[in-house]
Amino acid sequence: MATITTMDPMQPEPFQVREVSKETPDTFTLRLAPEDSIKESVFQPGQFSMLWVVGVGELPISISGDPFLHDRLVYTIRSVGQATHSLVNQKLGDSVGVRGPFGVGWPVEAARGRDVIVVAGGIGLAPLRPVIYSVLQNRKDYGRLVILYGGRSPRDLLYRKELAKWAHSPETQVLVTVDYGGLSWRGHVGVVTTLFKYSRLQPGRSVAMVCGPEIMMRFVIRELEGQGLSYDDIYLSMERNMKCAIGFCGHCQYGPHFICKDGPVFPYGQVRPLLEKYEL
Amino acid sequence: MESLEHIIAGHPFFAGLDGGFTNLMVSCASNVRFEAGTYILKEGDAANTFFLIRHGKVALEIFAPHHTPIIVSTISVGEILGWSWLLEPFQWKFNARAVDDVRAIALDGKCLRNKCEENHDLGYEVLKRFARIIEQRLDATRLQLLDVYAVRR
Amino acid sequence: MAHRPQHILGAAQLGKLIELVARKGYQVVGPTLRDGAIVYSDVQSIDDLPKGWSDEQKPGHYRLKRRDDEAFFGYTVGPQSWKKYSYPAEVRLWSAERKDNSFRILNNEEKLEHPRAFLGARACELAAIAVQDRVLLEDRYRDPIYERNRRGAFIIAVQCTQAAETCFCASMGTGPQVSGDFDLVLTELLDSKGHRFLVAAGSERGAEVLSELEVIPATGEDRQDADARVEAAARQQVRSIDTNGIKELLYENFEHPRWDNVASRCLTCANCTMVCPTCFCTSIEDVSDLSGDHAERWRRWDSCFTQNFSYIHGGSVRTSTKARYRQWMTHKLASWIDQFGTSGCVGCGRCITWCPVGIDITEEVRAMRGGGKNGIP
Repeated sequence: MATITTMDPMQPEPFQVREVSKETPDTFTLRLAPEDSIKESVFQPGQFSMLWVVGVGELPISISGDPFLHDRLVYTIRSVGQATHSLVNQKLGDSVGVRGPFGVGWPVEAARGRDVIVVAGGIGLAPLRPVIYSVLQNRKDYGRLVILYGGRSPRDLLYRKELAKWAHSPETQVLVTVDYGGLSWRGHVGVVTTLFKYSRLQPGRSVAMVCGPEIMMRFVIRELEGQGLSYDDIYLSMERNMKCAIGFCGHCQYGPHFICKDGPVFPYGQVRPLLEKYEL
Repeated sequence: MESLEHIIAGHPFFAGLDGGFTNLMVSCASNVRFEAGTYILKEGDAANTFFLIRHGKVALEIFAPHHTPIIVSTISVGEILGWSWLLEPFQWKFNARAVDDVRAIALDGKCLRNKCEENHDLGYEVLKRFARIIEQRLDATRLQLLDVYAVRR
Repeated sequence: MAHRPQHILGAAQLGKLIELVARKGYQVVGPTLRDGAIVYSDVQSIDDLPKGWSDEQKPGHYRLKRRDDEAFFGYTVGPQSWKKYSYPAEVRLWSAERKDNSFRILNNEEKLEHPRAFLGARACELAAIAVQDRVLLEDRYRDPIYERNRRGAFIIAVQCTQAAETCFCASMGTGPQVSGDFDLVLTELLDSKGHRFLVAAGSERGAEVLSELEVIPATGEDRQDADARVEAAARQQVRSIDTNGIKELLYENFEHPRWDNVASRCLTCANCTMVCPTCFCTSIEDVSDLSGDHAERWRRWDSCFTQNFSYIHGGSVRTSTKARYRQWMTHKLASWIDQFGTSGCVGCGRCITWCPVGIDITEEVRAMRGGGKNGIP
């Protein structure tokens, strides 16, 4: 494996906040651009950055933007604690330190010629959005695109306008469900696994990419297996706390894997023996 | 336009059941429609019919005092609506409201119930199929209960 | 050893060796006596060395013992390892200052003034350095601090001629015979023929130093003498780990009752990870001054035994002692092999000696294989 020897991966680059948009009551999307404007920001779908707010802290956040736009890095962040709260409250022109991109991403290349099934739960749609952009950008290189998305309630759904738009793409099926519906919600109510029965999957020619809370991913994988997908055609994005993001601090170890450098995306076959181990 | 017989015989729920039985079901089946907003089933009513949804979405709901109705799940195309007709006290526990215009095949649960009492082999086959549906709904409900998207503090 | 030209250095010349190496610009660090232990510190002359001292080690037990001779290296290993220097406990990675609405990294990380000379590196320690090399220099990223500290170091290895009760390097294939990267290697000989060292160079710069010392060629008898003592050290070892299939053993026994057993004793004090020469886990901490205008990023040793070492939103992943001990041992002996191609353990025995309740990793492995102490699994 080639050793990376370029600029110090422990030093953040200053990026500026160019846009902040509210997705849900507690989730915001930030668009960042490097202060050094000639720098290109390139990433693979599924990779993440370490975002640093001076005086507050640093966190791993998945990149959720369009991988074909190199003048920016986009992140969808849910405010759940002090650091994320600070990030989502950044104002236009504020500075955020960015390290990365890090990690192994989704098999966008390997999925060429096949149907792509994207199964997302909650904020899990954010790291999968770059996959959707990639497939739509090179539409003829892929088969059918099936997007199954589950959220807690209608107001917690991300990217609703885009979901509606994607549903109108050729050979694309978008199904959305919520755990708790309100009276004005006329969509599905129930967990995301209940969407499988309405989807048209061809297991032999599909690659599935799954992201969401661990419990949700385990149930979804069971469904995918039931549909006939093999372990090597199912990919998931794992999560653990990270500090260095370069495989040295040891915190993100999951069995023998360093989630920061061997993941966060893993083929199911690789993590299958680990997923159901309590306190691994 | 598919015939009732075709639809029933082809539905996974009825697969493997003997031809004579399918004919019986067809003779007790009818096409039904429900306008969006109307109630297909009401909590507390006698449960003698079940439905095979052909078009539209149905919300399973429950009322609570000083609370708008809570939707616990939706059931849509290809799914079976209603199992309370199979077991005592043969009473609906939830309301089922048509979210969209719904087209369904209504099947005579009472008739099927009696046949199952007479013919236990048939009864076992029917119960197995319903057990499968109940299992799936139970797993889904448990996962829903876990509230996996909630913020833990 | 037989293939290297061996020489004899009189014990009185050891001081000259230290001086010589220091004159070449290396800050010599080596064994010294402090607080009832042999710890690594600056060595200016042979007077700083623990002449005539040995150590007695058992599970949860370490005592210095006076020898009946004046050997300089008559001990085995102390609580510290060379990672104290190559992978220091606290390192400032960078500092930054606020500038307008942005920040600027000031590239002023501590520069190593003098490269160091490690005096007295044992076989297990050299093996540990090789293990850390693989982790920190030969994987996807390279740690520039470790690289600078380690590559710059002049290593004077010392062959072990005795083993402590807690040593098990022989079974781990890491000693007591020195191998790997070193500049000079010494074997202390103390008998009727006098107090002297068998010395050989392991590198060009080692050979250069050797050429400036007063040495005479070693005889065949000297060499045999030295080899015999190292072999004796191997035979003296009472502990061992059977490493056959150890990866599978640990992977397949995630739910072995022995984990509950060790968890009832382990205090999660993290001593084992502090003294282990291969443990590399760290924490990255950002600190800033009160004005918030100046920030620093520090790297500090951390331990997988801490409660919040591994967590996801919602809480710790390994809340129980059982989970954390299991993580440490499985990583050290099994996952490390999948990660880096070698075991993470070099058999130095420090974790056994320095565990306050005397947990013995060799015994834990044995118990997992089904042959516990007194037959209790």
